[in-house]
Amino acid sequence: MHRDSERHKLFSRRALMLAGGKTALLSVLVGRMYYLQVVESERYVTLADENRINLRLLPPPRGRIVDRLERPMADNQQNYRVVIIPEQAQDVHKTLDRLSLIVSLSAGERRRIMREVKRKRAFVPITVRENLDWREVARIEVNTPDLPGVLIDVGQSRSYLHGPQTAHVLGYVAAVSEKDLTGDPLLELPGFRIGKAGVEKVYDLALRGSGGSSQVEVNALGRVIRELNRQEGQPGTEVRLTIDRDLQNYIANRVGNESASIVVMDVHTGEILSLVSSPSFDPNSFNKGLSQAEWESLISNPKAPLTNKSIAGQYAPGSTYKPIVALAALDKGVINPETKIHCSGVTKLGNAEFHCWKKGGHGPLNMREAIEHSCDVYFYEVARRTGIDRIAAMSRRLGLGNPLGLDLPGEKSGLVPSDKWKRGAIGTPWQLGETLIAGIGQGYILTTPLQLAVMTARLVNGGRAVKPHLTMDVVSEEGVQPYPDQEADPLGIPTEHLNIVLGGMQDVVNAPTGTAFRARIQEEEWRMGGKTGTVQVRRITKAERETGVVKNEDLPWEERDHALFVGYAPFESPRYAVSVVVEHGGGGSSTAAPIARDVLRETQRLAALRAPDQEAQAYLKKREEG
Amino acid sequence: MLTHDGILSQPKVSIGHKLLHLHWIYVILLTLTASIGFAMLFSAAGGDFDPWASRQMVRFGIGVVGMIIVAVIDIRFWLRYAYGFYFVVLALLVAVEIAGFVGMGAQRWISFGIFNVQPSELMKVAMVLALARYFHGGSIEDVGRIFFLVPPLVMVVVPAVLIIRQPDLGTTLMLVLASVAMFFAAGVRMWKFILAGVIGLISAPVAWFTILRDYQKQRILTFINPETDTLGSGYHIIQSKIALGSGGMFGKGFMQGTQSHLNFLPEKQTDFIFTMLAEEFGLVGGLTLVALYILLLAYGYVISMSSRNHFGRLVGIGVIVTFFLYIFINIAMVMGLIPVVGVPLPLVSYGGTAMLTLLFGFGLLLNVHIHREMTIGRRDSGDEF
Repeated sequence: MHRDSERHKLFSRRALMLAGGKTALLSVLVGRMYYLQVVESERYVTLADENRINLRLLPPPRGRIVDRLERPMADNQQNYRVVIIPEQAQDVHKTLDRLSLIVSLSAGERRRIMREVKRKRAFVPITVRENLDWREVARIEVNTPDLPGVLIDVGQSRSYLHGPQTAHVLGYVAAVSEKDLTGDPLLELPGFRIGKAGVEKVYDLALRGSGGSSQVEVNALGRVIRELNRQEGQPGTEVRLTIDRDLQNYIANRVGNESASIVVMDVHTGEILSLVSSPSFDPNSFNKGLSQAEWESLISNPKAPLTNKSIAGQYAPGSTYKPIVALAALDKGVINPETKIHCSGVTKLGNAEFHCWKKGGHGPLNMREAIEHSCDVYFYEVARRTGIDRIAAMSRRLGLGNPLGLDLPGEKSGLVPSDKWKRGAIGTPWQLGETLIAGIGQGYILTTPLQLAVMTARLVNGGRAVKPHLTMDVVSEEGVQPYPDQEADPLGIPTEHLNIVLGGMQDVVNAPTGTAFRARIQEEEWRMGGKTGTVQVRRITKAERETGVVKNEDLPWEERDHALFVGYAPFESPRYAVSVVVEHGGGGSSTAAPIARDVLRETQRLAALRAPDQEAQAYLKKREEG
Repeated sequence: MLTHDGILSQPKVSIGHKLLHLHWIYVILLTLTASIGFAMLFSAAGGDFDPWASRQMVRFGIGVVGMIIVAVIDIRFWLRYAYGFYFVVLALLVAVEIAGFVGMGAQRWISFGIFNVQPSELMKVAMVLALARYFHGGSIEDVGRIFFLVPPLVMVVVPAVLIIRQPDLGTTLMLVLASVAMFFAAGVRMWKFILAGVIGLISAPVAWFTILRDYQKQRILTFINPETDTLGSGYHIIQSKIALGSGGMFGKGFMQGTQSHLNFLPEKQTDFIFTMLAEEFGLVGGLTLVALYILLLAYGYVISMSSRNHFGRLVGIGVIVTFFLYIFINIAMVMGLIPVVGVPLPLVSYGGTAMLTLLFGFGLLLNVHIHREMTIGRRDSGDEF
């Protein structure tokens, strides 16, 4: 017993030491709890919120693009797609087998789906097919009980209601590429589309709108538990174009498959009513994604369907340039418009011969007649007297040689040659013979169809520096404001000079001897004036000229002449200007002029149809006040 | 004491008397602690008794009955069969080595058809009984002799090696630490512990390269710097600290813990249940549970020290130390103080084996309390019982 009490004492001492150790250790625990839950608490609260709260972007609906009468041209369409949620489908293979009885699924697509199933979490929906039609949607809906985990999802996709007809104006949207990233988080959303060409590109920021956001609570796997907070975004701004949808479609159909460009504009306001470049492409397929074959056929087509020829095609203006040469000569005073110059069919300069298009010549012609007959010899002489620098100056005043600032990407500047330009660009001084060639709009000079239309507009609107534009209102990221109501600046060309030139241009179409008489407009109040142009794209050798020039129809397509026409209507009080360029189309009078006639007639017919509408009245009122 | 409870010092006492003298306050405290566990399991299931809370309650109920049975059996029975029990459990451990199946990436379970047994858990109790019996039979002089310490050392090392091979670092650690505490309480000289500590420090690098598995090394490494592995092992510690810290003083409210309910917190119904409690009830909730544990520990010490037989004292201290180790290792682990070793929070974490082991241990503790007046001779091996 004595022994045991000793043992007991030792035990008690040791047990108390153990208890002391435990107390110390428990104090550490309590201290740690205090540190984590009181001292550091705020930091951990933040971390816990970061864990559970996710910010999701809500893409805004893209702004519509409408025509001048507010009829939609680019809209957002519901895009039905079928998605599969692996978690709910259980056996993905079996479900896909059943689904493939309804919508076609290639082996490659199935591989992609299975790859995504493996990579993503089981509750993330995976797109099986996009752009379902109604039949497919209905059949999937009916079979829902047999298709576990299969859902129909609705997204928005851009739709161009007139496809190829408006492709070059509207452009298209496509997936965001690496270099487009600006830090805007919207751009990083999967499936987000931005404007890649045309109006879609120029006004992309306004059309895009700003994204909303949704705060959601997620669990550790990223599954959304509930929405905590939602902030709606700002939908994209609607952009109203100056384009007339009906006219645009009419022209596109009229041109057919020619490689051509037609521009119609209001000569007073600069509004572009139509801008057609042919052939075209379907922008809807760019949105969906192009197949390799489609892409290759587009880029290998010699008619360059992807180029907007209206602003990026550069052509020698040919005889459509003659009014400018005439104005430059009158401006310098080197010729009296009534003075007759004799055309024998050829002009000699040193050893070189410069031929008129008409073999045998026109005989004596004054300025108005020379324009009507498009006599080359007359303009060789006038150009020689005027000199290239004065011609270049007049060209620039009428809008050639520089981009006009149209709100489309890729506008080319054309080329107005001069002595100074040639020394800089080619390194040799200007030759007199080149002045003669320039007098008939050939040689170095290059113009775009848009510039030709603006040139015509400035000739017929009383010599004012009208500028072309595509939107009815000034569109910016902040929204839409009306155009400042500014009268285009006068160019300082005397009215008498303009009247002489316009007289010639009326006769081109309306005088029985005019080069485009066959293409005149019969309706009295819609009659047009204009100027034809035919531009050689190959050199005619002396031998060929002697044996007779080969007819266009007998040449391969690439060697045929470009056919040009610039026109305006009605000629008593011009309101519309048009330029027509048909690549390798043959003659200006035979190919381009009839197109211009049909276009101007349709333009005026459409305007007359809506004559009582507000637009016309406002216009008339403005004219009266002006 | 002797006058009132003198009857309890008699060799034969009726069951009714024993029940009357059961430490009912202790039973109530155990039930309160377990009830906190039921509430947390209810919350962990998103406000449902299924699948955890209801089963845990049934287990606790059965366990308490078992505990009382263990408590009223004559203490000499436990003395007598201490070694036998130890060898049976040791045999089971060997069986696990041979025939156990893999659960949770480690070989720990043995199947008996309708239920699975984790012999390493049972060993915690068996070890306490066996060591208590051994030291009960030794005088102060015996304890001072180095050869006297060889058999108990073997008794500890053999199961420890078997368990660490499973591999189960947490249980091994607890078994060894509890044994060390019993050696200490039994009166083994201080310098021997110091010597053992020095040898341990020297052999630690050896253990690192031979015994420890890659995942165990990984746990220790990520414990040292959890931020290096935010998606792997370190994820548990970081998320647990975020949950605790964001709970603050008063917590987010019952069933409102975002970390636990959104599954950022791993193993919230088992090893990390303390984190969930502290997230939902804050520092106040955590301290309440710790206070309950301290009461249970304190009563345990009183019981242990007031026993008039050495076997009872040693069993008591063994149970209390084991209980303490559960608490400390688990809470320190979820707070990022020690590596994640997979030790449940006693009475609260979901899990059958740990609950039964603990209640078995508490049964022994209550048994010591009931038989505190009984003296048992040093040479008495309980054979007369």
